Amino acid sequence: MKAVLLIDFGSTYTKLTAVDVESETVLGTAQSFTTIGTDINDGLNNALAILQEKTGKVEFAETYACSSAAGGLRMVTSGLVPELTGEAAKLASLGAGAKVVGIYAFQLTEDDMEDIQKAKPDIFLLVGGTDGGNTECILHNAKMLASIQPKFPIVVAGNRTAARECERILAGCEVYICPNVMPKFGVLKIEETQKQIREIFLNRIVQAKGLSAAAELLDDIMMPTPSAVLQAMELLAQGCEGESGIGELVAVDVGGATTDIYSIADGMPEHMSTVFKGLPEPYAKRTVEGDIGMRYSIQGILDAVGIHRVAQKSGLTQARVQELVDYLKENTDKVPDGNDEMEQLDFALASMAIEEAVRRHAGTIEETYTMMGQTFVQEGKNLTKVGQIVVTGGSLIHTRRTAEIAAHALYSPAQPASLRPKKAGVWVDRKYILAAMGLLSTHYPQTALRIMKKELEYYGDPE
Amino acid sequence: MENREKKVLVIGVIGADVHAVGNKILYHAFTEAGFEVVNLGVMVSQEEYIAAAIESNADAIVISSLYGQGELDCRGMREKCDEAGLKGIPLVVGGNIVIGKQKFEEVERRFKDMGYDRAFPPGTAPETTIEALRELLHMDGETA
Ligand code: B12
Repeated sequence: MKAVLLIDFGSTYTKLTAVDVESETVLGTAQSFTTIGTDINDGLNNALAILQEKTGKVEFAETYACSSAAGGLRMVTSGLVPELTGEAAKLASLGAGAKVVGIYAFQLTEDDMEDIQKAKPDIFLLVGGTDGGNTECILHNAKMLASIQPKFPIVVAGNRTAARECERILAGCEVYICPNVMPKFGVLKIEETQKQIREIFLNRIVQAKGLSAAAELLDDIMMPTPSAVLQAMELLAQGCEGESGIGELVAVDVGGATTDIYSIADGMPEHMSTVFKGLPEPYAKRTVEGDIGMRYSIQGILDAVGIHRVAQKSGLTQARVQELVDYLKENTDKVPDGNDEMEQLDFALASMAIEEAVRRHAGTIEETYTMMGQTFVQEGKNLTKVGQIVVTGGSLIHTRRTAEIAAHALYSPAQPASLRPKKAGVWVDRKYILAAMGLLSTHYPQTALRIMKKELEYYGDPE
Repeated sequence: MENREKKVLVIGVIGADVHAVGNKILYHAFTEAGFEVVNLGVMVSQEEYIAAAIESNADAIVISSLYGQGELDCRGMREKCDEAGLKGIPLVVGGNIVIGKQKFEEVERRFKDMGYDRAFPPGTAPETTIEALRELLHMDGETA
């Protein structure tokens, strides 16, 4: 046996997954509550005790961790045109596992600076201009950022012509220069910036967030949790040497405060006659809906889809839905626990959360009539041919109706413009191991992939 | 900005127009002639030209219209450019910019009134277009 311990330091729970990389099995999982006030090591030690009760005494050969503790990796971005470099900066940050707490475009104003100061980002991503293009905006924004207090690391990934000048303007700040996220019009190049963001997270954030004591017992990896999940999903879709993947997929993680959607898919137009508009999106794309969640953001679900739909889905009256929602908003730790009404409500809420979040993540197709007849214009990713949906997140893995809920990620005739998967098999992460498998995949890709294929429950096509 | 060697053109076919062939030819011809070309393809809105021109700090916007609705589609472009901070950016337009056979002097005057620097009649060859762009961008003697 060669045991490896994988830790996910969350904002409320520390979750552990122990695996034996020789037999390629999960030895056990455990979690323990961590409050912001307590030392992160207490949570870890408690969780370890719980784990060892299940597995017996285990010597771990290696230990790796990811973290979303203390608000996760909080970032603010600024670009030039919102739909172009502004969007590129956002996509880069989300893909690096960040929580984006501010998105700016064009020249930063004094009011913006006040908001940024209040937001206290862990990292600022400064971009703008294609290579050889506009330099005015990024230089202005660098000047605005130069005097901000307290300081935070700034990643500069804009027009290369302006990179050095930005560095000079920002002397005294911690500055990292990366290649332009949009070197040419419509070309997204975000990998190196994402690598840099993760590195800063590792070196600096881990210390600042009280994880350094825990970090001592870790071997080399430490990444933001969403970035570990994204890594696991890429592996599961694409496979690796010696083990095939399951093909293009969409993954949904419905949490209490946010809903994360991942897609690992090409998504370009199916037909030659379809015109593609806007920025081509990354093959591995992550979006986060901050207003869609099962508890803290519960009202956001009603606001987004309408209370009538939640009522209809749950079989409760609108008045009762609002009553329960108001209650759950305040009592965020309440779970259905056998209560029928609450179960029906959570079923409806989770279904609507997925429908809305996947709709926002997926691209759209619009039919336009020209004098010649019909043509199609696609924006964003076409996911209609994606054949697999992976489901994780507490609200979904604790119910038996998971597959039914997951079906709401699929294409719907009621929203024909939304390019969601037409037909897909559902995989459920009941043991909550995705982040752990992402961590494991850095050194043991084949093992991580085989464990996922074994441990995720497969439901076939929900219909 | 000033140290870049090539002049940057943003090109595309405006409106709901899907005539793709001429656009591809112009892309190759302009690139060959030494321009840096940002090609937006077909069915391009005014906003898309402007966004691309801002990011790439373009030297000119070259609009094609083939299907006859050019006059409608091109209206208001100059004002939007002004609004977006692209004051004075050269705007040129060509293809089959109006319906049927009209006196081109009149057509040209209407487009100039709309704020276009140059408007070209149907059948203008790429070489003529490149020559005109060089003149407009004061590139006397330069390759591009
Ligand atoms: C092929 C074609 C189509 C194909 C296009 C396929 C595709 N995806 O590309 C299809 C069948 C889809 C089509 C549809 C229509 N078409 Co059509 N089409 C043509 C055709 C036969 C050839 C176009 C072509 O590719 N030419 C070859 C390229 C190399 O030339 P070009 O596009 O003109 O571009 C050159 C120059 O114009 C110039 N140029 C272009 N842009 C600019 C810009 C500047 C600044 C300058 C200086 C020069 C310049 O340089 C280019 C390179 O040399 C022309 C007739 C013709 N012979 O031109 C009609 C034509 C353009 N179509 C026409 C029309 C009316 C239509 C339709 C509205 C309906 C119809 N009658 O079929 C629809 C519109 C659909 C839409 N929403 O856009 C008319 C336009 C009439 C007008 N403007 O007054 C034309 C002229 C036919 C005609 N005589 O009636 N069409």
